[in-house]
Amino acid sequence: MNTYDGINLTATAAADTAPPLVEIQNLVKHFPITRGILIQRQVGAVQAVDGVSFTITQGETLGLVGESGCGKTTAGRTILGLYPATAGVVRIDGQDLMTAKGADMLAIRRKAQMIFQDPFASLNPRWTVNAIISEPLRVHKLFQSEQERSERVRDLLELVGLSPRLANRFPHEFSGGQRQRIGIARALASDPEFIVCDEPISALDVSIQAQVVNLLEDLQDQLGLTYLFIAHDLSMVRHICDRVAVMYLGKLVELAQKDELYENPLHPYTQALLSAVPLPDPAAARRQRRIILEGDVPSPSNPPPGCRFHTRCPRTGDRCAESEPVWRDAGGEHFVACHSV
Amino acid sequence: MVGVSRSVDDLLTPPLTLRQLMWLRFRRHKMALFGVAMLILLVIYSFGGAFFFSEAYANTTNTKMRLQPPMAGHPFGTDTVGRDILARTIYGGQISLIIGLTAALVETIIGVLVGALAGYYGGLLDSVLMRVTEAMLSVPQLFLLIVMAKFFGGQIPDLTVMGRTFSGSVIVIISIIGVTSWMYLARIVRAEFLSLKENEFVLAARAIGTPRWQIIFQHILPNSIAPIIVSATLGVAGAIGTEAYISFLGMGVRPPTATWGNMLDGAYNYIETAPWLWIFPGMLIVLTVLSINFVGDGLRDALDPRSRAT
Repeated sequence: MNTYDGINLTATAAADTAPPLVEIQNLVKHFPITRGILIQRQVGAVQAVDGVSFTITQGETLGLVGESGCGKTTAGRTILGLYPATAGVVRIDGQDLMTAKGADMLAIRRKAQMIFQDPFASLNPRWTVNAIISEPLRVHKLFQSEQERSERVRDLLELVGLSPRLANRFPHEFSGGQRQRIGIARALASDPEFIVCDEPISALDVSIQAQVVNLLEDLQDQLGLTYLFIAHDLSMVRHICDRVAVMYLGKLVELAQKDELYENPLHPYTQALLSAVPLPDPAAARRQRRIILEGDVPSPSNPPPGCRFHTRCPRTGDRCAESEPVWRDAGGEHFVACHSV
Repeated sequence: MVGVSRSVDDLLTPPLTLRQLMWLRFRRHKMALFGVAMLILLVIYSFGGAFFFSEAYANTTNTKMRLQPPMAGHPFGTDTVGRDILARTIYGGQISLIIGLTAALVETIIGVLVGALAGYYGGLLDSVLMRVTEAMLSVPQLFLLIVMAKFFGGQIPDLTVMGRTFSGSVIVIISIIGVTSWMYLARIVRAEFLSLKENEFVLAARAIGTPRWQIIFQHILPNSIAPIIVSATLGVAGAIGTEAYISFLGMGVRPPTATWGNMLDGAYNYIETAPWLWIFPGMLIVLTVLSINFVGDGLRDALDPRSRAT
């Protein structure tokens, strides 16, 4: 155990000795806006993700938070190659996802899976649970016979806390929480190392949310999974994540260890977000100073120049509209992009 | 929704499958049930009748017996060259039903392929396919039918299948009807694909690495099957009507092969003097088209997953 701890310490101290499982460099995803009847010409682009970089080490959970429309879902999908990236590098376990093709791509897909937001849309309504969960097994040819596959499906159902007897049912016979468990079982079927959780609990009842989050944590402990946890519920993110990245209008504004970020937020946007988290203690809630941001999020097809947050920032200065703030380490792996910090 | 609350025991009994639910919804449509019964009778009539009359008999002319009203030996009367109308409606029914089914099949295959490719791949392919579709839609179907019938008619030699000879014009008519009627289905399928391909279960399949053709044929297509089935059903009725239409204009299936449509050809001059010439084949066409449309309406409701009533 000592050696294990030793490895872990060096991994956090010097990233180059133990390469991270997931490495994102300057990821860009623009959706073209086209016009034309037969020949489409591009007249603009929705800059959903515009230069995002981070790494995730093995066994870690990185939270990605931000308000709706900031590009966090797009980032998650682009990382898994569901949208072709406009630019940037994505490496999963050392393999470059952008250039991988055919069998290489399939190998990456086996290692990297996704859990979706809407449990009602993420399961094919015409397939049985058995067919849904065994799809990765069939695609990756993981078992020879149908029988071995259904055996594995039953194990997976048990792993996520569902009765194996339900394997022949259709998705419409399940509740939202149960469906999400089926989606989790499907994501686990091919024994992945990395899972993108795209707001996996935001469509569920509050009482079910805790169950699903606990399930995700248990699975992480059991199987040594690495998560990218996309969410907008900040208290849930603090509960489950190791580090948290904050996104605004396609760019990361801050990234730090969760306690550092929640107790010492540097970026004014992070401060505003955190001030909106409801506190369970009414006395503390009364003392809490809410930072109300003015105006709306600008359109990602026409983002403001300079710092993208300057139109709503309470601390905006002359520099903010002119030059883009640099993404830098403010000390102790606390990254931030702001001129006033 | 089921009105009573479900106990735990209920969950252990096997639930209704999608097919059972469909049947429950279909059953409520009395007209659709009538349509199904009617179609079964029509098929029995057309294909079972062949055991009583030979095709040669249906095509035998007898100028001494021309334009006879219904009587003992010829219950539906005889036509302008003395052929028995009962026997001809039986063999004509076979051809008309076959044309209806196969033309609708051609229509469905083209429509689904064009719509699926345009909807799934998008981009330039979508633009090209949809402009072609619009171009086809903007030409009146009647004009297309006549030109193509004139151009291709008689180009295909007669065909012998299972000991029976079919006029080559049957193939021509099937192709022409199929090729000129797929456009609406293509648009429907494209719209279905456009919305379904953004669904999270399709993204999940792509994240798994499922090959494209499997995503198209196993994930998206089964989920857009409802409008396709309805459209194909109504397409059968449309094709039977269209065949009657071109055959009435004398450009359809060539005699002596009978169809309900070409039996009407020539009846025009005897509308009042020999009404049995058009009443029987006309009635059969109306009955078939009507029944199929009733079935189509029933299927539309039965296949609609939003319709929960049982």
